[in-house]
Amino acid sequence: MASLVRSWIPLLILQSFLVAVAFGSKEAEQFSEALLLKPLPDRKVLAHFHFENRAPPSNSHGRHHHLFPKAISQLVQKFRVKEMELSFTQGRWNHEHWGGFDPLSSMNAKPVGVELWAVFDVPQSQVDTSWKNLTHALSGLFCASINFLESSTSYAAPTWGFGTNSDKLRYGSLPREAVCTENLTPWLKLLPCRDKDGISALMNRPSVYRGFYHSQRLHLSTVESGQEGLGSGIVLEQTLTVVLQPETTSVETNMQPSWSLSSLFGRKVVGSCVLAKSSNVYLQLEGRLGHESKNVDTEIEAHKLWKNADFDLSLKPDRVLRESSGLLFIFDIDKSSDSEPFDLGLNWKLPSKWSCQQAPLQASRFLMGSGNERGAIAILLKATESQEKLPGRELTDGRCTIKANIFQIFPWYIKVYYHTLQIFVDQQQKTDSEVLKKINVSPSTDKVSSGMLEMMLELPCEVKSAAISIEYDKGFLHIDEYPPDANQGFDIPSALISFPSHHASLDFQEELSKSPLLSSFKEKSLVRSYTEVLLVPLTTPDFSMPYNVITITCTIFALYFGSLLNVLRRRIGEEERFLKSQAGKKTGGVKQLLLRLTAKIRGRPIEAPSSESPAAESSFLSTKLIFKIILIAGAAAAWQYFSTDK
Amino acid sequence: MAEEQNKKPCRFWIWASASVVFRLILISFPGNLNLSSRPEVSTPLTSIRRLAEGYWLKQASMSPYAGSMYHGSPLLLSVLGPLTVQRIKGQPSHLLCSLVFVIADILSAMLLRGIGQKLQMAYGLNARLLGFLKSSRDKVILPCGDIAALVYLWNPFTIVSCVGLSTSPIETLAVILALFGAVTRRVPLAAFGFVMATHLSLYPATLAIPMIILLGYGLDAPPIKLFLQTRSVENEKSSTSTVTKQAKSKQTTHLPFLWKTVMHFLFWVLLWSLYVLVLCALSLNKYGGVEEMFKRTYGFILSIEDLSPNIGVFWYFFAEVFDFFRNFFLIVFHVNVLFMLLPLAIRLKHRPCFLAFVYLAISSILKSYPSVGDSALYLSLCALFVNELVDMKFSFFLFCGYLGISLLSPVMHNLWIWRGTGNANFYFGNAIGYACFQIVFVVESVSAMLNHDRALRRSSSNHGEVNS
Repeated sequence: MASLVRSWIPLLILQSFLVAVAFGSKEAEQFSEALLLKPLPDRKVLAHFHFENRAPPSNSHGRHHHLFPKAISQLVQKFRVKEMELSFTQGRWNHEHWGGFDPLSSMNAKPVGVELWAVFDVPQSQVDTSWKNLTHALSGLFCASINFLESSTSYAAPTWGFGTNSDKLRYGSLPREAVCTENLTPWLKLLPCRDKDGISALMNRPSVYRGFYHSQRLHLSTVESGQEGLGSGIVLEQTLTVVLQPETTSVETNMQPSWSLSSLFGRKVVGSCVLAKSSNVYLQLEGRLGHESKNVDTEIEAHKLWKNADFDLSLKPDRVLRESSGLLFIFDIDKSSDSEPFDLGLNWKLPSKWSCQQAPLQASRFLMGSGNERGAIAILLKATESQEKLPGRELTDGRCTIKANIFQIFPWYIKVYYHTLQIFVDQQQKTDSEVLKKINVSPSTDKVSSGMLEMMLELPCEVKSAAISIEYDKGFLHIDEYPPDANQGFDIPSALISFPSHHASLDFQEELSKSPLLSSFKEKSLVRSYTEVLLVPLTTPDFSMPYNVITITCTIFALYFGSLLNVLRRRIGEEERFLKSQAGKKTGGVKQLLLRLTAKIRGRPIEAPSSESPAAESSFLSTKLIFKIILIAGAAAAWQYFSTDK
Repeated sequence: MAEEQNKKPCRFWIWASASVVFRLILISFPGNLNLSSRPEVSTPLTSIRRLAEGYWLKQASMSPYAGSMYHGSPLLLSVLGPLTVQRIKGQPSHLLCSLVFVIADILSAMLLRGIGQKLQMAYGLNARLLGFLKSSRDKVILPCGDIAALVYLWNPFTIVSCVGLSTSPIETLAVILALFGAVTRRVPLAAFGFVMATHLSLYPATLAIPMIILLGYGLDAPPIKLFLQTRSVENEKSSTSTVTKQAKSKQTTHLPFLWKTVMHFLFWVLLWSLYVLVLCALSLNKYGGVEEMFKRTYGFILSIEDLSPNIGVFWYFFAEVFDFFRNFFLIVFHVNVLFMLLPLAIRLKHRPCFLAFVYLAISSILKSYPSVGDSALYLSLCALFVNELVDMKFSFFLFCGYLGISLLSPVMHNLWIWRGTGNANFYFGNAIGYACFQIVFVVESVSAMLNHDRALRRSSSNHGEVNS
């Protein structure tokens, strides 16, 4: 029975695929998968999985989709998301060794934890509501605490510092979110073949999470169809970027490690996903290697590209593309099968060294000061070696300048004094007007909203380093606002440094194939880098004290109120008279004795007790008593009446 | 005799100018000796750093109240704001602001001296009227004006809050101006001081009661009953004091209440507050107007949003209290300030200046963001009543208490915040101790004043008996 079902499944899938093809001749939903492998200069290997799913704008299918995940399309329809990006990252992108000026790094180097931004297509007043709903939906969809981004203290509305100019953009990040396989599984569920077939079958969880860096990203954008009546199409881009360390047996330290897919992932690719329009594997070799061979004219030359003195590939590439800084080998995995699995390997023969292209300025951020009362945040921008070679320098007033945008969110308990902003260029303090071209500040409100700082610096090209420092006071929180591990500290989300005049793109000299991965690389993308997450320890109150504090403080108030009232009320002469009359009334033996004693001490004669008749006294007392009883009874009756009335 | 009288003011001026010089030396130190960051000196309401931030935001065409930084008056912002950015080369930053605070301190001291001289005159007059002071040699009347002014100028609390760049010297000046106006019967001045003080820090609003009594009944005097008693015994001729004039004109048990002056005062209060509100509205024209100002200043004071430590007891209480009870306790604590107003006013209605002192001391205990500047104010006002409070109990104990607290407070704060070896309870314990000492101080001074009146009555009745 089981075998019967198993044999049916591919048939069904094939059928649905055929149906899809038959229905939408041109407007079919498309899915494509790709894997980019790239050896990194520091003896690591980068694997970048790229899946693209396109749902064209059409009404012919109604709300039904063949390949496109329904959950995502519902999300887009319900919350009217125009563009959205969600990323789960663990580890830090090493800008120095892994590159900072190529599309791969500018799109996939993400801050630690969860980052979410979305642009909505709703009226301005509803953006926040949509954002809140979206965070909850995503939280359920991806088994992550994205719903914490709902509160207004954790997200911001960047105006221009983020790179996307829209007033309906919301941005939030959760630096402390732990990313693991429970986030990957729902992400894989969105793929038509899940991780059962095709390239995604390589995602062996232990090998993915063993890496130095992994970032899973989900980017979706809606494509407006010009025609009326048609809905909008959705492009869903899912990428997983992993940096792995191949196991190596060689003792030579300067030798690049050899690897193969099976050694990296412990798995091999057996055939492509049936539903994918294209499924390719790319191998990118950067730097010196590419420049060595200038012309790829003959077959021998081409052969030399993948089997030469430096290295050899275990499989013959289907095509070889040259780009500005290296070579790109393209493999088609359609040909592989169970008997002949696709297991690409790279074998280095000679030690080789190259470097990655870096962003013009390398950003790092740190805290200054000690103690739990105040401090300062500093962002340091250091010029990289490759800075001078980069395009995108601008000449303003005859000066060569580099523009850098800094976008930073401050949680409300970091109370930033914006007037203390100081900018140092090459260790010399500059006034705002010299280097600060634009600044936009939205200060944080306690327990209501987070603060945001966007600024555009215009630095001279020959700058060696630039530093920005800003002072802050640490907030003091209510005990309920501390997380369970209060003494660990609080995270300040990464700052985003982007270079608006620099754009990264891969420039292929040959005419481009229709691969979505390559076309996304060819598009110009903004060069951006995220800084470290900062951990700020905040002072904690004593969590075991609430009852003590309440009682002690209330005692102080009682002391104040009681003693002051006592002083005001006391009239010494009257008190004496009252005491005497009291003593006279009650002629108990001991009291009489005491009275005599006090009288003796004071040296005054005992006064005679007041001569009121006992009968009058008792009658007075009884009327008083009756009055009291009546009053209480009345109050009780009134209480009863009002309480039962409800 | 005349020589002695010439000498005394001379000595006063020497000491006063010495204190000013001392201040000038202190403010010329760079970094203000880190006093401006002390939680005892600058509260969220009075910190000049927050004022500078508010000014920066305003210059960047944002509301100065955007964010939770500035909670002071917009008028103060437009006066002090430009001074925070002005830098003189080679001089420590904020030097100009410090100079403003020094001037405010000097003015406050001079006004205090004026108040004290009036009070001293009234005291002497009353004493002579009641017949305790047959001759000036009999009992020496201390020059309470000079004493109060010197106590104000040399009080470490005042010096610290002046040098430590908090705006409390200005608030103090407004309060003292109001009292001075009321004592010297300059009604518009009194109204101006009252409105400004209330506008700057809300709590001086309670001063309305003593000021109305002061304007209605005149200066501090022993209870009116005493005069009537003495008058029946002896008919002594004199003088120019309002109290005696009124008492003389009508031989009733009630002192006439000068409704006209009080109405005049209320009218001026109305006028000045309108003026202040219009100015605020103009300066906050684009940023939400007066409503926003009330929300961000008075609202901030009343709702105790900022839980950063200070020498009061509220911050820790509201950091720890369960959210469910927060509003309840807010109401209870604020009502506590108001609760004692009426009993005190009834009991001390013949001593309006002393009443004002008690109100200020109480509000400094129960303030949401107290600082040592508030203590400086009531301590120097207390010095105005040296003649009456001679027999105050526990004064040495209290002195030691204040000294101990002011030495321990930085230590505890350092242990908790900077070293991390102590915890919040250390500093809170200190704050509790401070509150207790203040309470004992208030209670004892009230008690001493009541006892003083009691002693007067007793001696006057003895006096009467002897005479008859």
